[in-house]
Amino acid sequence: MTQKITIEPVTRIEGHAKVTIRMKEDGTVERAFMHVNEFRGFEKFCEGRLYFEMPQITPRICGICPVSHHLAAAKAGDALTGQTPPRPASLLRELMHMGQIIQSHGMHFFELAGPDLLLGFDAAPEIRNVVGLIGANPDLTVKAVMLRKFGQEIIKTLGGRKIHPTFAVPGGVNKALKVEERDAILKGVDAAIETIQIGLQIMKDWAEKNMEDINKFAVFQTGYFGLITPENGLELYEGKVRLIDRNGAELERFPIADYLDYIAEHVEPWSYLKFPYYKKMGWPEGVYRVGPLGRLNISDKIDTPLANEELKVFKSLNGGKPVENTLYYHYARLIEALFAAERVRVLCEDKDILSTDILNTRKNYTGHGVGVIEAPRGTLIHDYTADEHGKLTRVNLIVSTGHNNWAMTNAVDSVAKTYVKGPDVTEGMLNRVEAAIRAYDPCLSCSTHAVGQMPMIVDLVGPDGELIKTIRRD
Amino acid sequence: MAKPKIASDWMCGCAGCHMSLLDMDERILKIAEMADLRSTPITDLKHPDESGVDVGVLEGGINNTASEEVAKMFRKRSKILVALGDCAVFGGVPAMRNFCGVEAALQQAYVDAPSNEPGSQIPNDPELATMTKTRAIHEVVQVDYNVPGCPPDPDVIFYVLSELAQGRKPELKDELLHWH
Ligand code: SF4
Repeated sequence: MTQKITIEPVTRIEGHAKVTIRMKEDGTVERAFMHVNEFRGFEKFCEGRLYFEMPQITPRICGICPVSHHLAAAKAGDALTGQTPPRPASLLRELMHMGQIIQSHGMHFFELAGPDLLLGFDAAPEIRNVVGLIGANPDLTVKAVMLRKFGQEIIKTLGGRKIHPTFAVPGGVNKALKVEERDAILKGVDAAIETIQIGLQIMKDWAEKNMEDINKFAVFQTGYFGLITPENGLELYEGKVRLIDRNGAELERFPIADYLDYIAEHVEPWSYLKFPYYKKMGWPEGVYRVGPLGRLNISDKIDTPLANEELKVFKSLNGGKPVENTLYYHYARLIEALFAAERVRVLCEDKDILSTDILNTRKNYTGHGVGVIEAPRGTLIHDYTADEHGKLTRVNLIVSTGHNNWAMTNAVDSVAKTYVKGPDVTEGMLNRVEAAIRAYDPCLSCSTHAVGQMPMIVDLVGPDGELIKTIRRD
Repeated sequence: MAKPKIASDWMCGCAGCHMSLLDMDERILKIAEMADLRSTPITDLKHPDESGVDVGVLEGGINNTASEEVAKMFRKRSKILVALGDCAVFGGVPAMRNFCGVEAALQQAYVDAPSNEPGSQIPNDPELATMTKTRAIHEVVQVDYNVPGCPPDPDVIFYVLSELAQGRKPELKDELLHWH
């Protein structure tokens, strides 16, 4: 008898997904799938809108990283109208972006993934959440809440609101930063760094105690992909794309406007989320990973001191070669958060940050533009074509979580094979399968701008596909 | 007296309304004190208790067969059902899909997009939900409170939840309806 296990909804991730696990007669796993189960269709319904509306429409793809879409849309607009933003505008946009990295990474570590690490994969589902954390460690919870608030307040200071701000426009931004606002932000930097460092310590202690799990939990080879500084430093806002192979050798370095020459998207019938890959290697050999782990793997250094020290330790985990362990996404995420907090200070202390030269109004209209940014979860691409009146005729979006689709599916399959054993499948086994997805911090609303939501159910299905039993966790 | 039970879920939205809920910051601890937080997307219980909850909160509209089921289950299991945010109240930005229709949107995303592999097809596995017209929640099930905003302000969400948790009727008027 073959059985099928369905986990629905997958929780503590953004969006709608479900997992199905096909079991063999002997109680081992045959194959596990992650289905992303939502589709919204932004690419089509944005046709006919005006290009300058996009920084307001596209953030509604995702309320966790609206700033990524806001900025990628503005950057596509910069290119489409030929309005290069003045330096102060780019600094301000980047500052907003750092606020988002801090809030998103902070929330993910402490509030979404944290309960697995701090309370345990096998803790009862009733308490394995942020409320359980409040009970277990109230001080830490308050710190985590304040860290997220620090990031969100930066966004609000610049863009008027924390979610779906109005700030970036093609050619620059619509508001300069005031001295007192800058000073208020600066005041919060130390506390943010301190909380992130506490997170790093928690991560390291956890890793030490759980080395066995880390080394058998979805460890596999892929390429790695993301923006990079000219000197191979970590870059989250602007730069060329660097793609390395599984051993760390550089395969490509290209400007985002040429992305169609390098990446293509594969479609599977069982998911609304597409699978991007490196075109020259083909599907599925050309799969790669993005996001915190991918970015640290492509970077040789980080241009802020504390994060750079942490990077050195991180790099030693696999002797200088790319780090392949899925669970180290959490570690990489905290190192990036540390960089973002340090970067807030660098940006706020820049001589141009208070400048009012924030908008370039001279146009050199081309009608086509590609915008890119390293969203918290990876490389986000907005590609717009418009007619001579600015009306969009084609919109193509490749979102961060999409790039990791193959990796998440593979991680689910690998973890299911390692931990799920019949006939008595436990909740803790299934939670590990979910944790494989959670490590990637997917944003399924983004990926299914295209997609939305991520549920988990376990259906046990007979060889002919008839449903034998469903395990739900409610 | 037992604490009132609150459950929430998201459907065709962007998670922004739930993020705005988290943006009440420290006050979230107060809500956790006042009420018993049951299934939500950020906790690990999957569905509202079969025995029912006092308050069900839904973000997002209804745009496929899976979200239709979520809405119906919430209605059945919640004494009071709250539609949180513009998507839930009237469809919001995702309802723009109704202008071009589901088919055209699927065709563009999975077949015509310039980055797609040649020969790509629209996903159609039986595991997947079927896409429908995008609707507000009240078009599918009865809603007790509509809370507008994209997203509603954290202060408004706090007010609504704390009133409901204390067994009172929230009144959305004046300042509470001002959002930008
Ligand atoms: S109302 Fe706005 S913030 Fe809320 S889910 Fe819809 S798009 Fe997101």
